[in-house]
Amino acid sequence: MNIDLVILILTTLAAIWTVMGRSLLKAAIGLAITSALISVMIFRMNSPLAAVFELSVCAGLITAIFVSTISMTKPLTHKEVLQVSKDRMKRYIYLPVILAIVGAVLIALKLKQDFTIAPLAVAQPDVQTVLWDFRRLDVIGQVIILIAGALGIVILFEEKKTK
Amino acid sequence: MILIPLFGVIILNLVFAANEKTRKAAFWFALVIFILQIAAVIFHHPVLRNNSLEQIDSFFKVSFFVDHLTFIMFICIGMVSIASLFVARYTMPNDDSRFKFKNLLILASLGMSGIVMVKDLFSLYVFMEITAVSSFLLIAYPKNLDALEGSFKYLILSSVATVLMLTSVGLLFIVAGSTSFSDIALAIANSRSSTLVVLAMGLFICGLFVKGGLVPFHGWLPDAYTAAPAPVSVLLAGVVTKAAGIYTLIRIVTSLFPFDQPINNVIMLIGTISIFVGALAAIGQDNFKRMLAYSSISQMGYILLGLGAGTPLGIVGAVFHLFNHSVFKSLLFVNSAAVEKETGTCDMNKMGGIAQKMPVTGATSIIAFLSTCGIPPLSGFWSKVIIVIALWQASQYTYAALAILASIITVAYFLSMQRRVFFGKLKNGFENLKDADTGVITVSIILAAITVGAGIFFPFVYNVFISPVKELLIR
Repeated sequence: MNIDLVILILTTLAAIWTVMGRSLLKAAIGLAITSALISVMIFRMNSPLAAVFELSVCAGLITAIFVSTISMTKPLTHKEVLQVSKDRMKRYIYLPVILAIVGAVLIALKLKQDFTIAPLAVAQPDVQTVLWDFRRLDVIGQVIILIAGALGIVILFEEKKTK
Repeated sequence: MILIPLFGVIILNLVFAANEKTRKAAFWFALVIFILQIAAVIFHHPVLRNNSLEQIDSFFKVSFFVDHLTFIMFICIGMVSIASLFVARYTMPNDDSRFKFKNLLILASLGMSGIVMVKDLFSLYVFMEITAVSSFLLIAYPKNLDALEGSFKYLILSSVATVLMLTSVGLLFIVAGSTSFSDIALAIANSRSSTLVVLAMGLFICGLFVKGGLVPFHGWLPDAYTAAPAPVSVLLAGVVTKAAGIYTLIRIVTSLFPFDQPINNVIMLIGTISIFVGALAAIGQDNFKRMLAYSSISQMGYILLGLGAGTPLGIVGAVFHLFNHSVFKSLLFVNSAAVEKETGTCDMNKMGGIAQKMPVTGATSIIAFLSTCGIPPLSGFWSKVIIVIALWQASQYTYAALAILASIITVAYFLSMQRRVFFGKLKNGFENLKDADTGVITVSIILAAITVGAGIFFPFVYNVFISPVKELLIR
């Protein structure tokens, strides 16, 4: 079993733990672990910059925001935590089952390289070239998504203020 | 078409956000943006077709689609956005909420314009996300439990669709070494029998079925349409699901994937299931908007049937029904907005005889319902006839027969709706009802006129606008 497969299995387990976990805090930590493991995978695929982005933003910044937000909420009592956990298990128990079925189907398909890989247009372009020269429209698109997200926050916060 | 709304939303916030007076004027500014979009398409259409957009292409470093299908989608986006804008002015309580709504509406329109123009699978995903994020926020706008539930369901299922599509994009990137349509089409043609390629195609099509709200991926659609504020329901039913789901499916299967029998069979099967499940579910609904939501699922099934026929005539029928459905479903949701606003309810059991007090809303809803059912000479009749003929010519006799049979169910649930809402004796408490405001009435009349006009002048509409869509099959 090679190291990539181990990391992949660990990532899956961390992701399942995130969804099935008892508390929001544990879910946030689970998400951070998932992101950190994904960063390792990306790093091993020779994309150090993407790995650093994943680690700093998804595992770092977003976790910090989640944890600080969760710390501002009222924690559940032990009884409520157990009830939430029970409900969640009941609701999401099929998730690992679906995952197992999908895995079994993919193994049964015996995916192999039965296709011709097209050569990349440009060999080893740097990130700046990729983002601005090749994917300029997508970068602008992402900025527009951020604007939409910011509008959403404005709407939510103003609503709370009026209440 | 992407830049007009982009600059529009910037100007809207820089110039019109200042005070209450300017916020009121923002309605006219947003209206001008959408009219500009439609005008740019109509008046410059031949120019756009004959000259590539070299300067814009070179700035964005990509090339855009400017064909007849894009042209029809732009008209739908502009038209439905205008209808939604007028309904917002009529139903939303204050200038501040209307102003924020306009921002999100323009962003959603920008996202949809991008979807119908791009020639790159990853860019398509980016613009789908712009549309989706705007739509989540628009649905959740009222902040009540139903709206948040509807928005959350859409968010979750849309994320599932996104995961499926992104996985597919990743797999296709492995094979093609690029995400541009032309490279992927070439790579798929060279590796048609590859398991990985088939898996990638299957994942992408499943993602599009979720986005389009087709059975069995429709879980989010009735809740989202019902819980969303009236102008958002108009937008979602009129154009969002069509641009993000149906248009993309048409584009992908005609431009990228091999448009062959196995894919056509899947499309026709999902289409037929959607037609029947949507229609049968619509019969049992008491909520006006929920009934229209299930009707939408059913009608989108017809579009899929036309596409699945796999012939040029089938594509023409599918695209014509897409346009028609965009018009008459928007009209029905505009009518439902007027009825909801005036009566304060969407429960059809509490209504009755409303047409006496709301004559324009009642009359235009009859036109929309007749067109949906495929009654001649309205536009819906022609598109359904084309789809049935295309299926018959493609030797898909069972599907053709089922399509005709389902029209009877459509008549049944719409007659039930008309009887419970508009016909009969006026219910107590509705004596002082009045019709919607001038803006909404004008929108209803224009949409009804398009429905009637596209039917009566069918030969002209068919030859000039619809028939050239056949070029999609020429790669």
